[in-house]
Amino acid sequence: MSILSDIAASLQRGEDEEVASLVRQALDDGQDAVAILHGGLIAGMGVVGEQFREREIFLPDVLLAARAMYAGLALLKPLLAKDGVPTAGTVVIGSVRGDLHDIGKNLVGIMLAGAGFDVVDLGSDVAPERFVDAACDRGASVIGLSALLTTTMPVMKDVVELVRARGLQDRIKVIVGGAAVSDAWARQIGADAYGYDAASAVERVRALARTPA
Amino acid sequence: MKQRIEWRPADTLPERREVLRLQGIPAGVDPSRRVLSIVESAEAVYLEIAEPRALVADISMEAFAAVYRGEGRNAPVTPIEAVVLRADALALFAATVGARVTDRIRTLFAENEPALAVMVDAVASAAADCLTHLIADRRAALADDAAGRGRLTLGYSPGYCGWHVSGQRALFACLQPEAIGVTLNASCLMDPLKSVSGVLAAGPADIHRFAPGYEFCADCRTKTCIGRVQRWPIPASAG
Repeated sequence: MSILSDIAASLQRGEDEEVASLVRQALDDGQDAVAILHGGLIAGMGVVGEQFREREIFLPDVLLAARAMYAGLALLKPLLAKDGVPTAGTVVIGSVRGDLHDIGKNLVGIMLAGAGFDVVDLGSDVAPERFVDAACDRGASVIGLSALLTTTMPVMKDVVELVRARGLQDRIKVIVGGAAVSDAWARQIGADAYGYDAASAVERVRALARTPA
Repeated sequence: MKQRIEWRPADTLPERREVLRLQGIPAGVDPSRRVLSIVESAEAVYLEIAEPRALVADISMEAFAAVYRGEGRNAPVTPIEAVVLRADALALFAATVGARVTDRIRTLFAENEPALAVMVDAVASAAADCLTHLIADRRAALADDAAGRGRLTLGYSPGYCGWHVSGQRALFACLQPEAIGVTLNASCLMDPLKSVSGVLAAGPADIHRFAPGYEFCADCRTKTCIGRVQRWPIPASAG
């Protein structure tokens, strides 16, 4: 079994120290950082994602795998940044202004990172301008909004309208999610997509990121 | 009468099965050894730092009607109105497991411990829900409302069953749970996050039975209305 397969297998088992050790070894052996990222870490998370969708494993297993992925990614990031390696895309996420719930948003961020996206997490209680400014500054193609209350959902519409007001709707897509949000709400406010949960959000973001501007 | 209640964390630890359900692990599926290990760690965190407490105050039907009306944003028809009209006694309540739990969850995420962070969150969420039942059980015991006599006390909260979340404002103005450190922000979000509030309705168990066929039920992700009444089925001996 190649070292990249070993990395993927250890990641699936949630063995963060082993993943870090194997990534170091792979780099010492002269393996390319991009190859380690795709052939080891992302490949491993891909299997985890599939097992999760098939309900062979559950959320805690996915998060243990995510921790292992981050352990390996921490070693690769400086090298990837130095070489200017492109990611699957950049996504700005946050909980909208007035909302402090962040668990769901954090899960989405973790799963997006596992899928190879560069995630800019603005945290919670984020004003519409911050979302759009961050997306412009970081070259993001997707903004992900989370709201758990009917009282905070309206801010999502403000973000969608701000994207349009700045003429960015072809370049930046908006996906919404959260306990209070529905597919009907997403369509009502003109969002580009709705994510029922973290797993479906990642699939929607993948599709949005592939949409030509 | 307003009453402050405090519990030891151990007395509010939720059932493990409920915590696993919140993690997407269905009943009948045995979690792996490593998942069980995370659950045990999360429970230990909760037992170490939780500060569960509540404030409860009796309220008349008339006074509650004004609280429930709130800002006039409730659904036109809700099961809560029917429950309350048939209840013998009402009480407003607010309860929390404390701010340290939320702070620890954030710290765990920052320390790249997402599995433990999310599990602590699940334990805290289940515990907060548990507090409603603990309050209800305590009040039922005080009123000698044994379930064996066919009576049941259940809680209903703003944000559910057609009671608009903005109803929190009227509830907070009336109950003033700031006394136990629970506040409300401009978006009607409680702080600490792992807090619950609402009205307790005591009466014959049958008053709490309703089918989730209201317009707002379609978007409800919890549908605890069914499970809560099933947990306390009306006994054959009920009068």
